[in-house]
Amino acid sequence: MKSNKIFISGDEAVAQGVRLSRPHVVAAYPITPQTITVERLAEMAESGEMEGEYMHVESEHSAISATMGASSVGARTFTASSSQGLLYMAEGLHYCSGGRWPVVMMNANRSVALPWSIYGDQRDSLSLLDCGWIQVYVEDAQEALDMIIQAYKIAEHKDVLTPMMVNLDGFILTHTYELVDIPEQKMVDEFLPPFQTPNKMSFEEPKNLGFSSKPDDNTEFKYQQNEAMFKAIDVIRDVDQEFAEKFGRKYHDMVEEYRCEDAEVVLVALGSVCGTIRVVVDKMRAEGKKVGLLKIRYMRPFPETEVKDLAKRVNAIGVIDKDISFGYEGTVYTNVNSAISKIDKYVYKSNFVGGLGGRDITKDEIEEMFNKLFSGVENKSEEKVEFFSLNVESND
Amino acid sequence: MTNLIDIPKVNAKNMTEKEFFYGHKACAGCGGSIAVRLALKVLGERTYTALPAGCMSAVGFIYPQMAFNTNAIITTFPGSASMASGIAVGAKALGQKDVKTVVFAGDGGTADIGFQALSGMIDRNDDVLYICYDNEAYMNTGIQKSGLTPYGTKTTTTPAGENLPGTITHKKNLFEIIAAHDIAYAATASIGYPQDFLNKVNKAKHIKGATFIHVYASCPTGWGTPTETSVEIAKDAVDCGLIFLAEFEDGEYKLNRNPKQFAPVKDYLKKQGRFKHMQDTDIEVVIANRDRKWSRMRKHWL
Repeated sequence: MKSNKIFISGDEAVAQGVRLSRPHVVAAYPITPQTITVERLAEMAESGEMEGEYMHVESEHSAISATMGASSVGARTFTASSSQGLLYMAEGLHYCSGGRWPVVMMNANRSVALPWSIYGDQRDSLSLLDCGWIQVYVEDAQEALDMIIQAYKIAEHKDVLTPMMVNLDGFILTHTYELVDIPEQKMVDEFLPPFQTPNKMSFEEPKNLGFSSKPDDNTEFKYQQNEAMFKAIDVIRDVDQEFAEKFGRKYHDMVEEYRCEDAEVVLVALGSVCGTIRVVVDKMRAEGKKVGLLKIRYMRPFPETEVKDLAKRVNAIGVIDKDISFGYEGTVYTNVNSAISKIDKYVYKSNFVGGLGGRDITKDEIEEMFNKLFSGVENKSEEKVEFFSLNVESND
Repeated sequence: MTNLIDIPKVNAKNMTEKEFFYGHKACAGCGGSIAVRLALKVLGERTYTALPAGCMSAVGFIYPQMAFNTNAIITTFPGSASMASGIAVGAKALGQKDVKTVVFAGDGGTADIGFQALSGMIDRNDDVLYICYDNEAYMNTGIQKSGLTPYGTKTTTTPAGENLPGTITHKKNLFEIIAAHDIAYAATASIGYPQDFLNKVNKAKHIKGATFIHVYASCPTGWGTPTETSVEIAKDAVDCGLIFLAEFEDGEYKLNRNPKQFAPVKDYLKKQGRFKHMQDTDIEVVIANRDRKWSRMRKHWL
């Protein structure tokens, strides 16, 4: 297979993925750390490298509204945001999934004010887990590019028709340069055919869309939306397989297990921190410790089967959350815990909350988490939610 | 660009008998639904209609009973202009020809919550005709004050009592705010002067790019007027000078109607429940504001 590797940032990799997917309309509003993506797309629209229209919308609310409008006449669309901008879109996110418009969005995961922080954590997208979008979290720039292309194929599938958010960690992925293989346009065209949908307004078959429903019908619409999300699991699997056959890169569907075959304790995480965890797993494995990583790729639909399957095989599961649902625990932990509770076996669990507002999660911290999981199993410790590496005493 | 002078005039004789908005659940005498019905007769079949949350969407899209015979969609409340922009740009990107996208939004949806998106739409000059049907309050939610509610109006959020005469602010100068964007075409109209309104819609239809029409549309429910006087009262508003008919074209304002004498403001106000409480001193405020506005318009727009 011909390789065409270039040295680009995660944001630029996303822009390349978008260009290759041939959207008709791109509508986006700049926000750090997403900005480079929309700058590159604007350049591609100017040069003609990208044929689609670039809309200079005046806000994120208009970005999502404009992409929905374009999608409602059958156009393929893209938008991108982050943090405050994503939250400003929140109304539109629910609207878009309810309207069954398969808009694809890149979200540069960034902390949410207050206090202000332009740096990364995952509180923005995780706080919007219930808005009806497929959510995938990537680990590097190559996966970001590949997932944009896959996202269109998944979101636009007739059984799915659900918008999709590709999340990449702010700065750690958006601004870090890596060697990224740029697929050939011809191959992408073969993989991703033009967007066809029955869910559009047209002059051949006029429709009234975005309508109101009575209490008699509303639940049925929401049921269908939920069913589509479950159907997406099979589509995700098929699309990833087809992608692997075409481009030689496979992303292991809903989750990726790393050295979990005979693992006793496992850490669960999303996004870029998985790279660091892999290094720690390798080190501890070399020392004879049976540790592993479960990289959750999709938070919606949630990989319940995969989490349950892993939980049956291990003694302890720790979940790293770069978010916190105030007054309870990390959102990833809540979801993982719900899956584990459905198996008939005791597993020691712990929630590690940290990496907020851009703080690095170090190899030492990860090693300590693994060790805490080992001792938790040995001492039959109480399960807990822990903010790790706090600079204040936890009872302050 | 199309020479607008050559566009044939629309009138009752040459207008299509086809209907594009019917079977809806609007109140009897609804001025907004008259504006939508008339405008769509001019715009015709190849139209995408976008409406934000508001009366027209609430009465027209109750699944499975759809009242628009052409393509139509409810938008987010603040995003009618941007969703319409997306439709227009999407249609262009798909290579669709001879298409018009139109927005029908109320006064609150336009001058308040939807204003940012509208400003963006005009800035980008997207091919959308934005029609604001102005019934001077949030009627769908039950008569609350908007940025286009005039001085003295009693609404459910600006009650008239011992301390306040109802609404204490004047209508925003929406038409001039829109014109300040240097838009290709903007106009004001009233359903009380339907011929004028129809021809303004027709003019906008023939312009590629962003255009805007502010049409005064009565609301018997919110105004406290008999349902059979909806058109008459919208004409009275123009005749007493509280509403004016004008255009903004090629960077110039044009006053379409400049009466030598206005009909009495008090007669117009006293026909409506929303103004019944007004004292003579309040009416003097309304008249003074009208005169100030007209003296400015006559000085600069003639």
